[in-house]
Amino acid sequence: MRQKVMITLCGLAAALLARNLYVILLRLPDEAAQGAIYRIIFFHLPSWFTSFTAYFLAGVASILYLVKKDRRYDAFAVSVTEIGTVFTGMGLVTGMIWARVIWGIWWTWDPRLTWAFICWLVYAGYLMLRRATEDPTARARNSAVLSIFAFTTVIITYKAIDWWRTQHPGAVLSFRTGGGTMDPAMEAMIYWNWLALMLLAAVLVMVRMKQEHVQGEIEALRRHAHAL
Amino acid sequence: MNFFRHSLTVAGKDLRAELRTKEAINASVAFALVILLLFSFAFDPTAEQTREMSGGLLWIVFAFAGALILNRSFARELPNDCLDALVASPVSGAALFFGKCLANAILLLAVELISLPVFGVFYNVRWTQRFGPLMLVLALATWGLTVIGTMFSALTVNLRLRELMLPVLVYPMVIPALMAAMQLTTVLMAGEAIGADNLIWFRLLAGFDIIFTALGLVLVETVLVG
Repeated sequence: MRQKVMITLCGLAAALLARNLYVILLRLPDEAAQGAIYRIIFFHLPSWFTSFTAYFLAGVASILYLVKKDRRYDAFAVSVTEIGTVFTGMGLVTGMIWARVIWGIWWTWDPRLTWAFICWLVYAGYLMLRRATEDPTARARNSAVLSIFAFTTVIITYKAIDWWRTQHPGAVLSFRTGGGTMDPAMEAMIYWNWLALMLLAAVLVMVRMKQEHVQGEIEALRRHAHAL
Repeated sequence: MNFFRHSLTVAGKDLRAELRTKEAINASVAFALVILLLFSFAFDPTAEQTREMSGGLLWIVFAFAGALILNRSFARELPNDCLDALVASPVSGAALFFGKCLANAILLLAVELISLPVFGVFYNVRWTQRFGPLMLVLALATWGLTVIGTMFSALTVNLRLRELMLPVLVYPMVIPALMAAMQLTTVLMAGEAIGADNLIWFRLLAGFDIIFTALGLVLVETVLVG
């Protein structure tokens, strides 16, 4: 059952990505000011949305773990956080490529970029803390607490373009600006690609949760063998 | 009121233990002085240049020196299972955390007050021009640093890689407080008053302290007790 859901989701993600790429590369025209490179926005924004969604879900799962002490919430939290850091990396890299073409530099220490980097570092710290903690219960508990702390950096990263004057462009999507900043066809494409990346992320999370489950079983067996 | 009495007891115990052994504070002060020395090689410490980056330099020194103090905060309780005894005592987790924060903040403030005159002498900066506001910035930012640091010290206390993990986790999290403190310290070191444009940094510092103190007090019980 689980396998079938995963394969279906995977197929959906692939089909949607293929369709999106076709529209992005062949149907949508070049942007007036930036030319062809603007198309990177269709991956840049969706990967950030995906990673922020992942971190939000990780925060919720962490709170649920602390309340209910159910290991499945912990497995979910670590899975989405790992996938989230991958998409944060993707957001950083696409942003850097875009910056190189438009600004002429790979990186600048502007608040939005800096906070995005901090956010990635904090969640990398979360994953390192998990690796360093041997006791599964302490690992789940401590990383849940850290995840709640870490989510503040996500909020700051998200709001950075409103709080500081940044070199990074301000809000362009209509739900933040009230419309008029972006062609509706282009904006719709961002959401379509977000959906595609979310599907992909969902598949990856499922794979990762399966691994967590197996790892838990192995740990239990090892303890059992020790007891014998 | 019990909460504050318990916190003060814990803070008093920590400070007394520290004053008798001086294991963290000696290392921390020495470390701060070494970094101050190293900075003189990293750039040409002419008066004008230093004034422009004095806040940044100082807070990097304080953050590094602080990590040494924070590392010891809970690690000190490991021998003889003192931590278990503390958790089992009638003192609540929140009071234990608050007391440890107080002790760490006082120790770190002491390191800062020793480093400041040294910095002033070595780098020819007249740091006393705005003494009152500067002390306020020191107190607020130190509190922010110690709240996060003490919390993460509790998180990492049982790890083998404790000394490595703590800075990796703490520094990215305290960047808002450090950023505000660097900005304000630079302004105050230059002898200027805090204008309306810098008030936002004060608000950021205060907000950071309040949010993370509250978060720490709520969550520490789960970290210590489970």
